[in-house]
Amino acid sequence: MKNKILILSFLLLLWILIYINLDSLTDFMVYTLAGLEKNTSLTNAIWFFIYEVPKVLLLLTLIVFVVGIVRSYFSPERTRKMLGGKKLFTGNVMASLLGIVTPFCSCSAIPLFLGFVESGVPLGVTFSFLIAAPMINEVALVLLFGLFGWKTALLYMSTGLLIAMVSGYIIGSLKLEKYVEPWVYQVKAGQLEMAEEKVFFVDRINVGIDAVKEIVAKVWIYIVIGIAVGASIHGYVPENFMAGLMGKSVWWSVPIAVIIGVPMYSNAAGIIPIVQALLEKGASLGTVLAFMMSVIGLSLPETIILKKVLKFQLIGIFVGVVATGIIIVGYLFNFIFV
Amino acid sequence: MNIINVYVSGCANCKKLEQMCYNALQELQIDASVEKVTDLQEIMKTGILSTPGLEINGKMISSGKLPTQSTLVHWIQDNIN
Repeated sequence: MKNKILILSFLLLLWILIYINLDSLTDFMVYTLAGLEKNTSLTNAIWFFIYEVPKVLLLLTLIVFVVGIVRSYFSPERTRKMLGGKKLFTGNVMASLLGIVTPFCSCSAIPLFLGFVESGVPLGVTFSFLIAAPMINEVALVLLFGLFGWKTALLYMSTGLLIAMVSGYIIGSLKLEKYVEPWVYQVKAGQLEMAEEKVFFVDRINVGIDAVKEIVAKVWIYIVIGIAVGASIHGYVPENFMAGLMGKSVWWSVPIAVIIGVPMYSNAAGIIPIVQALLEKGASLGTVLAFMMSVIGLSLPETIILKKVLKFQLIGIFVGVVATGIIIVGYLFNFIFV
Repeated sequence: MNIINVYVSGCANCKKLEQMCYNALQELQIDASVEKVTDLQEIMKTGILSTPGLEINGKMISSGKLPTQSTLVHWIQDNIN
């Protein structure tokens, strides 16, 4: 236990040291060790790769670790308890925020939906949760932060939250309970009293470490590929290659990006290389963000799963409202970022 | 007879947990039946909201997460007759 904290503190110190000196470390490796000539396209591409890969992986490790610890304080069962009987609006705000920190896998969407609705969480509030949980993804957040800076990351998170709150609120106000399959309301959901075991902080640290092992092992390859793509197109694809198709002067690019993005499904890490490549080549931020959100936030497999409990009218409204929200965000970004 | 119920919805972690149960039982040399529960109504009755759920001899142990093999072994040891 003591040892573990000692090791972790040491690792954190090492993390900080490497992170703040990454510039000079990369310079040393590229120019001194490898002796590459400065300012050629090839050297720049290599420098970019050697600098970005450890940077993003470092950020990812730290954030996944912290998020893992934070999530250990939450569970869907506890979130349901907090949301039970909440009014619209307050409920939507809470559900969207809880969507970020509650551990959730879209394969559990059905039991979660049933459990929420059964215990009296309003339909619109349940939707806020179901929209926020996949849309705001910690891996995407880290990558946006690492590759495009904190402003982009913050905007991604806040607009994601806003879409979840507003969409849920709209769905709640429309009184759509009649489009939920009737059997849903007949399910006898048990109330589970899971023994609240005493959890020590060291256990939570272990949860964080497990999260790092699981997530980083799964996504590192996408990150390396993404950065490699970014590095190699750095000098070789014309700068404004995508501007004609996805630039901000093309008004229809946002809805098209969403229409293409909705049926696509990818995890957040898989989509980032594409985002990176598109942005690099002149696609505008709003269009790319809209594309990314529709890929990770709305997915065909999840809507098919939801068909078990929702009539297709409600699925249509759900997809329509969220897609509209994403389109508005896309235009907003294109408008703000010149 | 010891009964372990694994409540699953077809995700990767669900399959993994089931397999881990078999491994743990083998490691402990304990005889127990592992039942895979896929029926939604049955899952909802337990009150869990995320899969995989693990129930040992009628006691719900965890839901929505994959324990490490050693934690799972402890859980089984603690709850088996």
